[in-house]
Amino acid sequence: MSVKTEVAIIGGGPAGLAAALSCYRHGIRNIMILERDEHLGGILQQCIHNGFGLHWFGEELTGPEYAQRFIDEIRKTGISCLLNTMVIEIKEDKTIYAVNSRNGLMEIKANAVILAMGCRERTRGALRIPGGRPAGVYTAGMAQRLINIEGYMPGREVVILGSGDIGLIMARRLTWEGARVKMVCEIMPYSTGLIRNVRQCLDDYGIPLKYNHTVIRIHGKERLQGVTVARVDDKRNPIKGTEEYVSCDTLLLSVGLIPENELSEGAGVKLDPITGGPIVDEFRQTSVPGIFSCGNVLHVHDLVDYVSKEAEITGEGAYRYINGRSPSDSDYLQVIPGKGIRYVVPQRIYGDSDVEFYFRSNGIYKDGTVELTDGEKVLASKRLMRMVPGQMERLILKRELLTGVSKTKKLQLRWRNRNEEDDAECS
Amino acid sequence: MYDIIVIGAGVVGASIARELARYKLNIAVLEAGSDAAAGSSGANSGIVHAGYDCKPGTLMARLNVQGNAMYDRICKELDVPFRRNGSLVLAFNDEDVFQLERLMVQGVKNGVADLRLLPANEVLEMEPSINPGVVAALWAPTGGITSPYELTIAMAENAADNGVEFYFEHRVESIERKENDKFRIITSRRDFVASCVINAAGVNGDVISKMAGDDSFIIHPRKGEYCLYDRKWGNMVSRTVFQPPSNMGKGVLVTPTVDGNLLIGPNAVDTEKRDDDCTSAEGLAFIYSKALESVPSLPGDGVITVFAGLRAIADEGDFIVRPSGVSEKIIHAAGICSPGLTAAPAIAREVNAILTGICGPLELKKDFNPIRKGIKRFRDMDWEERMQIVKEDPKYGRIVCRCETVTEGEIVQALRTKLPVNTTDAIKRRTRAGMGRCQGGFCTPRIMEIIERELGIPMEYITKKGGSSRIVLGRIKDFLEEGGEL
Repeated sequence: MSVKTEVAIIGGGPAGLAAALSCYRHGIRNIMILERDEHLGGILQQCIHNGFGLHWFGEELTGPEYAQRFIDEIRKTGISCLLNTMVIEIKEDKTIYAVNSRNGLMEIKANAVILAMGCRERTRGALRIPGGRPAGVYTAGMAQRLINIEGYMPGREVVILGSGDIGLIMARRLTWEGARVKMVCEIMPYSTGLIRNVRQCLDDYGIPLKYNHTVIRIHGKERLQGVTVARVDDKRNPIKGTEEYVSCDTLLLSVGLIPENELSEGAGVKLDPITGGPIVDEFRQTSVPGIFSCGNVLHVHDLVDYVSKEAEITGEGAYRYINGRSPSDSDYLQVIPGKGIRYVVPQRIYGDSDVEFYFRSNGIYKDGTVELTDGEKVLASKRLMRMVPGQMERLILKRELLTGVSKTKKLQLRWRNRNEEDDAECS
Repeated sequence: MYDIIVIGAGVVGASIARELARYKLNIAVLEAGSDAAAGSSGANSGIVHAGYDCKPGTLMARLNVQGNAMYDRICKELDVPFRRNGSLVLAFNDEDVFQLERLMVQGVKNGVADLRLLPANEVLEMEPSINPGVVAALWAPTGGITSPYELTIAMAENAADNGVEFYFEHRVESIERKENDKFRIITSRRDFVASCVINAAGVNGDVISKMAGDDSFIIHPRKGEYCLYDRKWGNMVSRTVFQPPSNMGKGVLVTPTVDGNLLIGPNAVDTEKRDDDCTSAEGLAFIYSKALESVPSLPGDGVITVFAGLRAIADEGDFIVRPSGVSEKIIHAAGICSPGLTAAPAIAREVNAILTGICGPLELKKDFNPIRKGIKRFRDMDWEERMQIVKEDPKYGRIVCRCETVTEGEIVQALRTKLPVNTTDAIKRRTRAGMGRCQGGFCTPRIMEIIERELGIPMEYITKKGGSSRIVLGRIKDFLEEGGEL
């Protein structure tokens, strides 16, 4: 089977859905969503807790409710959705190879492709946690699927490693279902999840969150028997003498998400080593013209609202590309992370409209300013009382401020403490 | 009542079972684990050694070289991946070079073909990622790589197809000599009676021997730990790269696997526990630092899993393939440490010869079929084959494991062989589902659903690897009804 489409969207999660609707609103009619699961909505379908949609819809929704609003919109448009369909390969010329049981193998020739495959969870193997290899060690997302979709309990006595949002949510979820969550260990001195989740999912249930702690050994041959946890020093190495054995039958890992870009790389898309996602411009166009990327496959978001927002941009990008209004490499201005900033997306801009930058810090910073600078000139800035790695931040650059900025230069996004000038004067 | 009972379904036991399946014999294989290759055969380097490291004149040396020569045919018959990618032993100083020369002499004595000492420039030309400080290398083109668990499973499947019965999760607890010169073998599940017992119990070889009243040897388990890298790094080297051996073994190697990953390891740590397959922080740090000496650009991340296996080192310092002193109807295939995987096909022949010596010529079955077809891998098919197979069986159109591109069709096939398997690890070994970079994070629940549907095992009784390794412990709300913590 061979088909043609104007825009092919890889993934029917929140990013893919919003991207598809945005394409439709820009007048594109031949749109195809390829989704590997049996439902649209992606990982939202297993996120049955509330807290979604405060920014986008102005109300608190559960994950499935949030997804359904987009799915309902999609149904009105006639956008074609292929479910249970796995994309096997994407070529640089935007030919897509996919397979499902109904249609068999498909060759889809698209004018533009939007990558919206999301991310996967970091595993025990990637962390190389030593010990036995018993059953009972799960990523938080897998446990979430087992409970919320399949309706099964992974275990009774639980230790959670990592304070990522899914881990925090699962601490509460497991507690509600009668499991005992003994502790959450976080190797960093701060939570990588949202502050509200620490309060609502741990503090409210008396679950201890142990900062500067990690799991150094897994015990058990068949089913997990327990874990050894230890305090770590400031280089994150375990401190001898601080080891503590904690008996448990379940270890959940919430230790980071990795954008799933194997397909993107196959298409020749260049990745940012920090985000693990493609290098993009403000329309989220990747290094391959006509291939766009949004949502968690681009960089890991903490709120789905901003996934939707980001995905909307790609619709305009795809529309521009299809109509031959896409920038070329020489038109770009680079944007690089400076002091205090771990990454910034987009990494390069064309600059013919306002640009909203998404970024994360590389540590905890208090009371200062984030500045986008052209040499010593500040083009945009924002006061932040607090900047933490667990929370994605945003900064808008007005288009007119770019006039006169040389394309050969690099803009830098950096953090400045409020009292930095005072310090400089003193010294 | 069986003519022969083989204890252990590792590569040695499976190989013997397949070899003896040619004859009109009633054979059963008893295995403590939940699958073939559940022990050391599922956790080793997967190297088909050339045979230069064994001391000349030993059984190890002879069976290594014989076994190596049998691999092309056996892997073809059994549809198992095997590649003679060749081995390099690196030398970084004069002492190492002296070692290589010694290995070369040894190899020639053992009958290893085509060994050559290569100068540094040739080594670096062959493998540009190797440490430029290399001064020479021993090149053994007959060295190869295979998938040790796939080979073991394939041998077991082929044996089963030819009438051998496999009993998994049947741990042998004692062996009694009956008056009629038969043996009663008591397992954790039921008793078996046999005329002849073959001890292929790996790291427990001496335990089984003792049950039969034979304490002529002791097995010392020696652990080896490994790190397996994502396919992304599978091309860092294309040959198997060794360092000069020590008295603890062949040292840390860096090798591609037949599945396209990169494997580093093992270390060598003596342990007392015979079921100790735990990795350690020190061990993993050690193998990484040693592997860096061979390939300095080896990344610090990119590892998808770590594991450990136990070598069964006999105190005699050689393989033990002989009838027991207490009864010639007990045949040991024990102390099979490295190069046991390579030697396994030759060990089976050796056991066959011993058995023939004792029982006289065995009668061949007319319908023995040496051919086993593996699971058709969607991943390895071309476009036409894929179109065809999805048309024939729509289950091949549903990808279950996205990292390794494994379809539902393959998983169903894995469950429908004659071997009684029902665990997620068994499916992983057969199809690679769950073996990729997400390590089963996405596909495990889906695989469990397929097991439930195909075998009628309720979700809460499906295990990772038998025993108490259940993956979920019950329906939600059940814990609350039981009077949980809330």
